[in-house]
Amino acid sequence: MNAYEMYQIQILDHYRNPRNRGALDNPDIKHRESNPLCGDEIEFQVKLDPRGRVSDVRFDGHGCAISIASASMLSERVKGMPVEKILKLDKDDIEKMLGIRLTPTRLKCALIPLESLVRGILEYEKNRKKTGRKK
Amino acid sequence: MGKYRFDVKKVRADFPILGRKVQGKQLIYFDNAATSQKPACVIDAIREFYTNYNANVHRGIHRLSEEATERYEKAREKVAEMIHAGSPEEVVFVRGTTEGINLVAYTFARKLQKGDRILSTVMEHHSNIVPWQLMSEMHGVDLDFVDITDEGYLKMEELKNKIRKGTRMVAVTQCSNVLGTINDVRTIAEMAHDSGALCLVDGAQSVPHMPVDVEKLGCDFLVFSGHKMCGPTGIGVLYAKKEHLESLDPFQGGGDMIREVRLTGSRWNDVPYKFEAGTPNIEGAIGLGAACEYLMRIGMDNIREHEKRLIEYSFKKMGDLDILERYGPRDPEKRSGVFSFNLRGVNAHDLASLLDAEGVAIRSGHLCAQPLVTRIGQTSIARASYYIYNMESEIDVLVNSLKKIYRIFGGG
Repeated sequence: MNAYEMYQIQILDHYRNPRNRGALDNPDIKHRESNPLCGDEIEFQVKLDPRGRVSDVRFDGHGCAISIASASMLSERVKGMPVEKILKLDKDDIEKMLGIRLTPTRLKCALIPLESLVRGILEYEKNRKKTGRKK
Repeated sequence: MGKYRFDVKKVRADFPILGRKVQGKQLIYFDNAATSQKPACVIDAIREFYTNYNANVHRGIHRLSEEATERYEKAREKVAEMIHAGSPEEVVFVRGTTEGINLVAYTFARKLQKGDRILSTVMEHHSNIVPWQLMSEMHGVDLDFVDITDEGYLKMEELKNKIRKGTRMVAVTQCSNVLGTINDVRTIAEMAHDSGALCLVDGAQSVPHMPVDVEKLGCDFLVFSGHKMCGPTGIGVLYAKKEHLESLDPFQGGGDMIREVRLTGSRWNDVPYKFEAGTPNIEGAIGLGAACEYLMRIGMDNIREHEKRLIEYSFKKMGDLDILERYGPRDPEKRSGVFSFNLRGVNAHDLASLLDAEGVAIRSGHLCAQPLVTRIGQTSIARASYYIYNMESEIDVLVNSLKKIYRIFGGG
């Protein structure tokens, strides 16, 4: 797949009109991740319902078309999803979601959003265990 | 221009890789500030070492070791000749610019006290920032940075004011890897010396591209990498005035850097060997020696002139193109062959992917100079950096590709 094929309508649409971009009031989960190679930064904010499912999600940051489109699609994908299921998502899921094959360097761009989300969840679970708070 | 003699076609014939295709297109290599391509004479020199006289240096009495040692030391002489060092003893082989700066930082900072100051600039590559930050933490010395103007020049007045009592080291790049700005390091070294400070010059982006004469510059240290100047990776140079090499403690301990080892203590070898612990990168040094010979044969004046023409041509073709945002000085006299920009509405990383599909290799991102890219108000930028084998016709391909990409993806 060459680069022109990589930038399909769907990717460009999510890049130019990202879904769920912004911030939440009092999110349960909030985490920022960056790619040291290119300086891309993606922050995810999540609110959970009492059963531990994503009730609302926002992301913000800056990056290339691949990372922004990946964040936008991922935000749509995880709505209503239990956090345990999000933790099981991997690079194949992201590639499938984007519908394109990526070179190893560009794969890093595509994976920042998932990394941000997963690390946020892990931090949240660690804190929850510490404080013993249930949600 | 009478003195300018340069046959780019002939130069290109020396680089086997330039014949290859990328995604069905002729390769156009514009990522020379990251690493340069290698001419056949350098590849052959490395091959010849392993084929004919591979052995360790400075150790064996046997024939191969003597030949290897001779060639290794010959390479040191070539480097010294190229930068006009007082003697080959002032040339230390290191892994690259990064290791060279770390060597100076670690050994020099040992002599510093709390309250001493190190001065650098916002224009530096990470390799001339992070080692000093480590030293600042380790030894409690202060660290300060000089700002740039909006056009991308160092603020010389600020620099002068910041070199005050207690400043022990001024670490500055001769040429910015992001903006292409050529700094007047001769004046900066003078300012440093007037206040009793030393001056380290990062020559990673200057030594490959223009005549650099340490005698004229008057700097105390000059560091650069072999792989950006037609040599192999993993070899670089620290030039230092002999008096400094003699007064500094060793960086790493081990074989080759000692005169005598007893369990109660050791005595160091003479310079430069005191700083070359362990078996060195012999093939690297020999390859770098061949690269220096090659570049000197073309002539550093000619190389500078050729690149100046390429940057002038870039400004002619892209200087007023409103689909681009350009960064750095507009004066070709004060700018190396580095053209940095953003295509409006297209992230630099995406741009690099799309140009790759046209066979054009550029760099994108923060270019290992995050403070500088932040200072010019960007998070990532694109960079086309030229070398001896690049041609105006290749810049034409870049311009046409940029227009095409803008038509399809640009504008936002």
